Amino acid sequence: MDRMIYVAMSAARSAQQAQTVTNHNIANISTNGFRAIRSALDSAPVPGQGLPSRVNTVAQPEVWSTAQGASLATGRDLDIAIQGQGWLAVQGPDGEEAYTRAGNLRINPNGLLENANGRLVLGNGGPISLPPYEQVFLGEDGQISIIPQGQTAESLAQVDRLRLVNPPAEALMRSGDALFSLRDGSRAAPDPNVRIASGQLEQSNVNPAGALADMIEMSRHYEMTIRAMNTAEETDAASARLIRLNG
Amino acid sequence: MESLWVAKTGLDAQQTRMTVVANNLANVNTNGFKRGRAIFEDLLYQNIAQVGGATTQNTENPTGFNLGTGVRVIGTEKNFSQGSALTTGNTLDVMIQGRGFLQVLQPDGSLAYTRDGSFKVDSEGRLVTASGFEIQPSITIPADAQALTIGLDGVIQATLPGQTQPTSLGTLQLADFINPPGLQAKGQNLYVETAASGSPQVSDPGQQGVGTLIQGSLETSNVNVVEELVSMIETQRAYEMNSKAISTSDQMLQYLNNNL
Repeated sequence: MDRMIYVAMSAARSAQQAQTVTNHNIANISTNGFRAIRSALDSAPVPGQGLPSRVNTVAQPEVWSTAQGASLATGRDLDIAIQGQGWLAVQGPDGEEAYTRAGNLRINPNGLLENANGRLVLGNGGPISLPPYEQVFLGEDGQISIIPQGQTAESLAQVDRLRLVNPPAEALMRSGDALFSLRDGSRAAPDPNVRIASGQLEQSNVNPAGALADMIEMSRHYEMTIRAMNTAEETDAASARLIRLNG
Repeated sequence: MESLWVAKTGLDAQQTRMTVVANNLANVNTNGFKRGRAIFEDLLYQNIAQVGGATTQNTENPTGFNLGTGVRVIGTEKNFSQGSALTTGNTLDVMIQGRGFLQVLQPDGSLAYTRDGSFKVDSEGRLVTASGFEIQPSITIPADAQALTIGLDGVIQATLPGQTQPTSLGTLQLADFINPPGLQAKGQNLYVETAASGSPQVSDPGQQGVGTLIQGSLETSNVNVVEELVSMIETQRAYEMNSKAISTSDQMLQYLNNNL
């Protein structure tokens, strides 16, 4: 059997994986702050004896779209949407700092600010503790101020500031638990230029039309790779016929 | 083929969201109802190709490749924003203006909390909810009471026959929680305390930051019908796309089976 069938097989496998990526994007079309994954295939020439004619397909390293998702006005005090580039720092499951763009925050029973998944939101000096309040305000630069419980607007108090960072996209990686962290395991420096809007949530940045087009393209690509496998089989059968002794 | 299962998680999640939207719409006229929303999160990522792993005998992967596995609903969260006021003029209707919950004694003796202030009086003169559960602290209204008033601060007064000064019958108290969305909704407009909500802080209306009581009004549901309808359309389209993803993956497998 000619090696071309293995080349076609590597393409079919990559097409299946790319389809999984596209389906993952479509499944997360309503996930707040989700960053769409861009699936891309790469050529991997197979060096060795003979002419370098065989080129396998491999999936390219993960790249995600940095486009801004649409903002959804919710009117809830503790919903934030990051405007433009930037990330909100939270405490990951391993206690290390991790980053997310999902901004539906809440207060836990201990008075600490956490995200919808129960991860503590970090401020200037670790987790943010909010005393009982009448009303809370999240400023454009992440500054948190409250009107303490039982008091009026004159006693507005500043509490802490959300830790907002903006490391370059290539320094970030997606960890297994849907959060992002720095590749080298360090902590990003706070960036005073990151802006948030409170009372809004950033929706997923998956482009539905693009995702559907990707899906169709990949499914046709898959059919072509299978066609190539068919051809390899036919070629093989033809050569077997040619060299048959009792022809 | 995993892309089928990934798309299936999307269908599940949108289905759950549709249930939340339908529940909000169904309760659009429920007094004191607080709308919910489903919160999604992307599922764990599979490490398909480790950095430096071999793709064939002679080639290696220059960088890693993570494959997502779909989406899940991590919670449904209630929005405790104030509903609008419905003026009924009924003496026993009370609306909480601001934070706090009325305390209700359940038949099993434990406390539940509600924002629905449409009170009734039972056969023994006790103040009860529309479901017949007694309000705490317990307040008994004499059968011959006239001109019942409930003050902003929760003080209930009534004029009894033959008296000129109103008699105080007791004070309604409100319980406040540090994290109201952590309360567990029980149905019947009731919530119960959980570890996530924190323990109740009981105080008189208007004190300690809790709201005041307004007699003759009811708090309507805080569901915004337009928002829910838009949400419903979005959910339906997202559901359709996930379903399309499943059928495309299915067609790929079918093509493979038929043509190889």
